[in-house]
Amino acid sequence: MTLRSLFIPITLLLVIAFLIGPFLIIVAASFSAGETLAFPPQGFSLRWIAKVFTVESFRASFGMSLFLAIGGTAAALVLGIPASYALSRYKLPGAEIVRTVVSAPIIVPGIIVGLALLRYIVVPFQVGITLALFLAHTALVLPYAVRVVSASLDNLRSDIEEAAVLLGSSRLGAFFRVVMPNIRGGIMSAFILGFVTSFNQVPVSLFLSGPGVRTLPVDMIAYMEIVFDPSVAALSSLLAFLSIGIVFIAERFLGFSRYV
Amino acid sequence: MSDASYLSLEKLTLAYGDSVAVANLDLDIRKGELIALLGPSGCGKTTTMRAIAGLLAVKSGHVRLDGADITRVPANKRAVGLMFQSYALFPHLSVYENVAFGLKLKGMRGTELDTKVQSGLKSVGLSAFANRKPAELSGGQQQRVALARSMVMEPKVLLLDEPLSNLDARLRLEMRTELQRVQKETGVTMIFVTHDQAEALALADRIVVMKSGKIEQIGSPEDIYNRPSSSFVADFVGFENIFPLENGKMKTSAGLIDLSGDVSSGAPSAAGLAWRPRMVTLGTGPFQGTVRGTSFAGDAREYLLDSSFGPIKAEVEASQPAHALGDALAFDLPVEKAAPLSRFV
Repeated sequence: MTLRSLFIPITLLLVIAFLIGPFLIIVAASFSAGETLAFPPQGFSLRWIAKVFTVESFRASFGMSLFLAIGGTAAALVLGIPASYALSRYKLPGAEIVRTVVSAPIIVPGIIVGLALLRYIVVPFQVGITLALFLAHTALVLPYAVRVVSASLDNLRSDIEEAAVLLGSSRLGAFFRVVMPNIRGGIMSAFILGFVTSFNQVPVSLFLSGPGVRTLPVDMIAYMEIVFDPSVAALSSLLAFLSIGIVFIAERFLGFSRYV
Repeated sequence: MSDASYLSLEKLTLAYGDSVAVANLDLDIRKGELIALLGPSGCGKTTTMRAIAGLLAVKSGHVRLDGADITRVPANKRAVGLMFQSYALFPHLSVYENVAFGLKLKGMRGTELDTKVQSGLKSVGLSAFANRKPAELSGGQQQRVALARSMVMEPKVLLLDEPLSNLDARLRLEMRTELQRVQKETGVTMIFVTHDQAEALALADRIVVMKSGKIEQIGSPEDIYNRPSSSFVADFVGFENIFPLENGKMKTSAGLIDLSGDVSSGAPSAAGLAWRPRMVTLGTGPFQGTVRGTSFAGDAREYLLDSSFGPIKAEVEASQPAHALGDALAFDLPVEKAAPLSRFV
């Protein structure tokens, strides 16, 4: 083999190692029997995995993250589905501007979104921490909701709605009877994508978290500042497998990758 | 309501924003009639159909159906069916559920519903496909589902958007027969939109030729085919040699030309004359032409001639001796065969 023919396989291996490596190290570290977060792990035990479930603040912040991921994504879909419908079905003046504005949080760094929300919404209007986090997560997930739902709406013929109307349905009825059932896969995909995005969100949550109210990733950072045991690695592994599991099931049953 | 105006459009004006698509259209349709709206794309035929269905708001004028003014009645309360060009079947529902859709909205349930759906499916020969999804059917089968779905609702008027254009030649004949049978059995008033003159001639009782949002001519297929009223209609139904008249002479690019017959006796007030390629006499006559193109069409041979007053299309039986490119030929445009046009546009 020449050097040239080895170049591509070696590059490929390095890229994979770079992408997957940290994950493998964290997973390995979470099974460590030692007292500190270290690699290679010292011995093998499940004690840190077990410990994750006993940390009070993890339980509270997990609940908060779950609430934000489910609630924020649901709210984003409630706003995003009608918005996608309007963008996809009507030639509205300024539709492109709306589309761009709605997608902005994907482009703008989260840290700026967080700062802006804090400075111009939370502080002036004295919004409570939970509500602020909820609004922020809704806004962050909205672009994904609009994007994914729009994609499945664009693939759906619009004349079936007219057909439903001529068969006696109202316009709104036609939406629920023939549009919703046909974009269900897209909506589920948007939900999963939004859930994962919200759940893993750090920068925005970092700005908006306050005393006693934290999302899980923020809580993990705070925990690491004080305690440096492998339980954070264990928790990370658990969350990673949870995400992988959700995406795997979604791909299996919904053909998730068609929409994203 | 007189029998002659079961469905009537009165001074109907339709517009998309500021651009008027149909202007001041008047049309009366008898109960049980099969009407074709024929015209090139952009002539307003589909717009008119959508207004009858209630899918497009009327700008001014009235739509009356069965004695009632339905101009402002919403589309879902009109009892007007529409078979879409794309069929617009609901992809998530089975064939059975597609046909049952409208009946369920009417509140029909149980055995009454089942009987009705089954007979609808049977009438289009798709009973065996009740549990299939639309995507598992051929185009022709999908269209029959769409037909059944509309017909089980017993609409007062069934609108059909280009019903034959998506089908291949064999299925086209099948569907044409099917539509005529359904129309005969149920007596439903049918209006179909098409840009294909052959389709309109074959299927319709009456043809409405439209151009730029106006009616150009209304008549039986024979009228439209043999007696087009304007140069536009003549061109649309296959008259390929069309000339305006001035003082009984044919007006051409080479000036006014005398015709061999007496124009004033046949059509004293005609604004123009039109000949199908078949009507042109080749071999004898007062005019001279050169063969510029020739094509063989099975039972006939078509020629494109260059004459002093422009190109002439002629067609003769294939059994006649063939002429080669560049041959000089005498020809005639016999006045007695020509279709007189009352309007030249």
